[in-house]
Amino acid sequence: MLPGVAYFLLFHYGALVGNVIAFKEYVPFDGLWGSPWVGLGNFQRMFEDAAFWDSVLNTLWIAVLQLVFYFPVPLGLALLLHTLTWSSVRRFVQSVAYLPHFISWVIVVALFQQVLGDTGLLNSGLSGAGLHTVDIIGNPDAFQPLVVAQVIWKDAGWGTIIFLAALAQVDEQQYEAAAIDGAGPWRRFWHVTLPAIRPVVVLLLIMRLGDILSVGFEQMLLQRDAVGPETAEVIDTFVYYQGIVGGDYGFAAAAGLFKGVVGALLVYAANKVAHRLGEQGVYK
Amino acid sequence: MSASARPGWMEKPRPLTQAAKALALATVVLLVCVPFLVIVSTSLASTREVVDNGGWVLWPTEPSFDAYRDIFDGGIVTHALGVSAGVTIVGTLLSLACTVALAYALSRPGVFGGKPVLLLVLFTFLFPPGMIPSFLLVKELGLLDSYASLVLPVLVNVFNLVVLRGFFQSIPEELYEAARLDGAGDWRVLVSVVLPLSKAALAVVGLFYAVAYWNSWFYASLYLESDHWPLQQVLRTYVVAGAGLTDATTGEATVTAPQTVQMAVLVIATVPILLVYPFLQKYFTKGVLTGAIKS
Repeated sequence: MLPGVAYFLLFHYGALVGNVIAFKEYVPFDGLWGSPWVGLGNFQRMFEDAAFWDSVLNTLWIAVLQLVFYFPVPLGLALLLHTLTWSSVRRFVQSVAYLPHFISWVIVVALFQQVLGDTGLLNSGLSGAGLHTVDIIGNPDAFQPLVVAQVIWKDAGWGTIIFLAALAQVDEQQYEAAAIDGAGPWRRFWHVTLPAIRPVVVLLLIMRLGDILSVGFEQMLLQRDAVGPETAEVIDTFVYYQGIVGGDYGFAAAAGLFKGVVGALLVYAANKVAHRLGEQGVYK
Repeated sequence: MSASARPGWMEKPRPLTQAAKALALATVVLLVCVPFLVIVSTSLASTREVVDNGGWVLWPTEPSFDAYRDIFDGGIVTHALGVSAGVTIVGTLLSLACTVALAYALSRPGVFGGKPVLLLVLFTFLFPPGMIPSFLLVKELGLLDSYASLVLPVLVNVFNLVVLRGFFQSIPEELYEAARLDGAGDWRVLVSVVLPLSKAALAVVGLFYAVAYWNSWFYASLYLESDHWPLQQVLRTYVVAGAGLTDATTGEATVTAPQTVQMAVLVIATVPILLVYPFLQKYFTKGVLTGAIKS
């Protein structure tokens, strides 16, 4: 038990204390503790910084795109898989669909470049067929749809697990009884399947809302340089570029702390809403 | 349709529905598989074929391992592969040991300090410390440019901890009592009763750690100098960001089209995942995780 506790105390709580840097002006020579206090100066600077607000807007916008275009995909895929009665086909598709979840973002981004890039599979196919090529990789206008497509490719299959688990818990007899009572496939779907997965859908939506300020840091960082900060800067990359690259640790930590506090409040609020709606929520 | 098990009450599906389903499933499988096929094929193709075809190959006419030979001749990629393997093995063992010990302690009722420690741990899930303070901490601890910086800051994963704790708790209390009556201490119970019963859960958690260590590149870019980089960070620099790899590897003029070498590095970084995946996958369909996820 001790090494684990020591780990959490040092690397989580120790680092948490390190957030005091957000209220200081970091001077490399003086280190974390010796640097002078600046009170809320970093936060004031942050709130007046247009680039910071751009990163907040980009984060929220990408999160909304993900919610609208990514979120329904695993649900649909799970419903499709659930209707398969041929178990070997079902297991095969499941195995293939889970796989991309375990591929690193570096490789996913490289694969997308290879397939959708200027000289990639899609564009050589298009120009070979005498059609116009499409400019996707490195095009700022296409960036936000692209990152949503990447999330779908990587995680939609994996996302079906939790829905499939909920679907598997439905008592087969409920379907049978409904069928005997004359309910067709659609009515059975509406009255048996949907009620069974509703709690999971609500739970996942709430968790996503609580986590809305995070939209795949590694994914964004890997591709930000190719399209520029206008569309690809999110809060996490803002923190990275200001702090790690720019050396403005106090300012960057302030932005990180802002995200952490707002994020925790969102989780708390989302959980409250879940309880209000009579659902279980993330914790009790 | 011999493997099919359509219950008697279910209507016979219409051909159109069947066709639509088959099409949807085939699309899913192709979308996942084709990109992998392209990188494997391109890595095996000859330089000329790649250039003639505009940068990629779907099926090489004369497969050759030249690109792989170049890479394994020593140099950056060979070294990075060793780093990745070392960090993955050592990291996974350390993480697993610490996670098991903590999860076991937190799964037993009446352990001194159990409740506060659990809250302490779960709170970090709600409120992670943040990138800058973590970076400064690693710096203050003097871990910069050491391989320890890739392992220690991510030693115990809260999700994995909760999965293991849930699994330990599902072991019947009678077994613990029986072992105690036989005079076994805490460690003895853990080693001879709990762990043998938890093989599946340990395998899943262990493989989760291994995949995470293998795939990690951000901490390497943050903490390590370039001559200590693991494979994923090398991949990021030379393939995603497009710096020249062939010259850096051999120090000679380009022998193989960089594209084939780049794809070969991609394949090398992916293969270990594909190798462990069947073991992992076995447990997912069994639903080892789903019970834990829900709790």
